[in-house]
Amino acid sequence: MCTLEKRGDLFLLTLTGDDEHRFHPDTISSVLSLLEQAKSQSTRGSVLITTAHGKFFSNGFDLAWAQAAGSQTGAVNRMHQMVESFKPVIAALFDLPMPTIAALNGHAAASGLMFALSHDYVFMRNDRGVLYMSEVDLGLPLPDYFAAMFAAKIGTSIAKRELLLSGKKIKGEEAVALGIVDSAAHDSVEGVVEATVSLGESLAAKKWNGEVYASIRKSLYPGLCAMLSVTDKIAASP
Amino acid sequence: MCTLEKRGRLFLLKLTGDGEHRLNPTLLDNLRSAITQIRSDPSSSQSVLITTSDGKFFSNGYDLALAASDPPLRALMAAKLRSLVADLISLPMPTIAAVTGHASAAGFLLAMSHDYILMRRDRGFLYMSELDIELVLPAWFVAMIRMKVASPAARRDVALTAEKITADRGLEMGIVDSRHGSAAETVEAAVKLGEEIVRRGADGHVYGRMRETLLREVLHAIGSNESASSGVRNSGSKLSWNSSWRTSTWSAFLLLPRCVGRSARF
Repeated sequence: MCTLEKRGDLFLLTLTGDDEHRFHPDTISSVLSLLEQAKSQSTRGSVLITTAHGKFFSNGFDLAWAQAAGSQTGAVNRMHQMVESFKPVIAALFDLPMPTIAALNGHAAASGLMFALSHDYVFMRNDRGVLYMSEVDLGLPLPDYFAAMFAAKIGTSIAKRELLLSGKKIKGEEAVALGIVDSAAHDSVEGVVEATVSLGESLAAKKWNGEVYASIRKSLYPGLCAMLSVTDKIAASP
Repeated sequence: MCTLEKRGRLFLLKLTGDGEHRLNPTLLDNLRSAITQIRSDPSSSQSVLITTSDGKFFSNGYDLALAASDPPLRALMAAKLRSLVADLISLPMPTIAAVTGHASAAGFLLAMSHDYILMRRDRGFLYMSELDIELVLPAWFVAMIRMKVASPAARRDVALTAEKITADRGLEMGIVDSRHGSAAETVEAAVKLGEEIVRRGADGHVYGRMRETLLREVLHAIGSNESASSGVRNSGSKLSWNSSWRTSTWSAFLLLPRCVGRSARF
C-alpha cells in the first residue's frame, strides 16, 4: 500500500502498487502513520519526497467504497468519513518538520491533487499525467479545507478557475505556466524522481532546524492552518 | 547614521557609513525622526521619498548582537521598526527604495515597506534570512510578504527557501520594479522616477490613505503585535485597533526628543 524508506537525509514515501492509489480509510491511516514515523525520526537536514508507482499519483477518494455502503445515506456517511479522516493527513504534511517534495509519477486528481499540493515543492512529468479537480464534473461539493488549500497555494484567479471550475485535465507544461507546480521538465518517472532527489539533497545540505522550518511554513498559510487546526509550537518573535 | 536631504520635491533619506546599517534603537529613532521631519514639511503632500544607503548594505536587519547582550532590546527594536513601517505606510507621499546593497531580514522588510523597489543588478541581494539563522517570522513580516510578493511559489522561495534574491530574480518574482547597472545608476533612476511622479501631481494625502487601505492587513498585523507586545505602551482597550495603533505610535513618537509638540497627521 505505502512504504517509507530512508536514503541518507531523504525520507521516501511511496504509494506502492499499480492501482489508482485511491484514498480509503485504510490507506489514509497508513499514510498518516508513515508521516508520523518520519516526523519522529526527523533530524536537521531531513527532507521528505513523496511519489507513487504506476500511472497514478492518486486518483482521489475511493468513491466505489462509499457507494458499496448500499444506501444513499450510507454512501454520504462514508464520503464524509473519508473527507474528515483525510484532514489529519494534510495537517501532518503542513506540520512536518522538514521540507516536502511531491514527485508526481502520473495523474493527481481531487484529494490526490490536494495531497500533492500539501507539499512545499511539486514536480510533475512533461509527457504524462494530468492534474484534475473532478468535483465539478462529478457534482460533488468542495470540502472547506480543499477550497482553503487552493486559495493558499494557487496564485491567480485564472489558475483557480481553470483548476476548479473548468473540469480541465491540466498537463505539465500548462501546470507550470499557471504556477500550480514548480517543474514539468522531465519526460520520465526516473527524470522527475532524480530531479526531486537532487532538490532534496540541496535542501538537506542547509541543515535547517525542522521546527523553525515548519513554523515558517505554517505562518505562510494562516487561513488554511487555522482550518486544519494546525497550531504553532514556537511563539512568534516580535 | 542617516541623513535627510531635499532636492526640489524629492526627499533623499540615506543610511550613511560603510557598515551594515543594522536596525538598532538609535538608527530606528533617527529614521523615525527623519520621517517626522518629512511629514511636517509644508510641501510634503506634493513630494516623494527616496530611501537609499552607502556601502555594501542597504540594511542587514536587526542588531542581533546587541539583542544577545541585552535581551529586552530585541522587543524594543521590533516595536520601533513596527512604528517606522506604520509611519511609512501612512506617509502622504510615494516612497521609493533605491536598494544598492544587501537587504536582509528586517532590512528586506524595510525595503518592502516602500511603494517601489529599484535595485542594482551587479551586486547585492534581498534575503529573508530567518530560516538560516533559526528565527521564525513575525506575523506582520508574513503579512508584508503576502502583500508584496504575489505568487505562493515566490513567497515560499522568499521565506522557506531563504533564497538570496538578486535584482534579476527579484524582477522575475515581482518584488523588484526595475534593475540598474550600478549603485549610482540605481539612485539616478530613483530620482528620475521620483521626478516623474511629482510631475503627475497627485495629492499625497489621498495617496497615503489609499496605501493604508491596500496594506490594511499589514497595519492590522502590526496593530495586533502592538497590543500583544510589552515594548510599546498601549493606549487602552477601549479604543479600536485602528486608533490604538496610532495612539501607541503617537506615544512612542512622543518619546523622541526632537518631536515633542509637533502635530502628527491625524
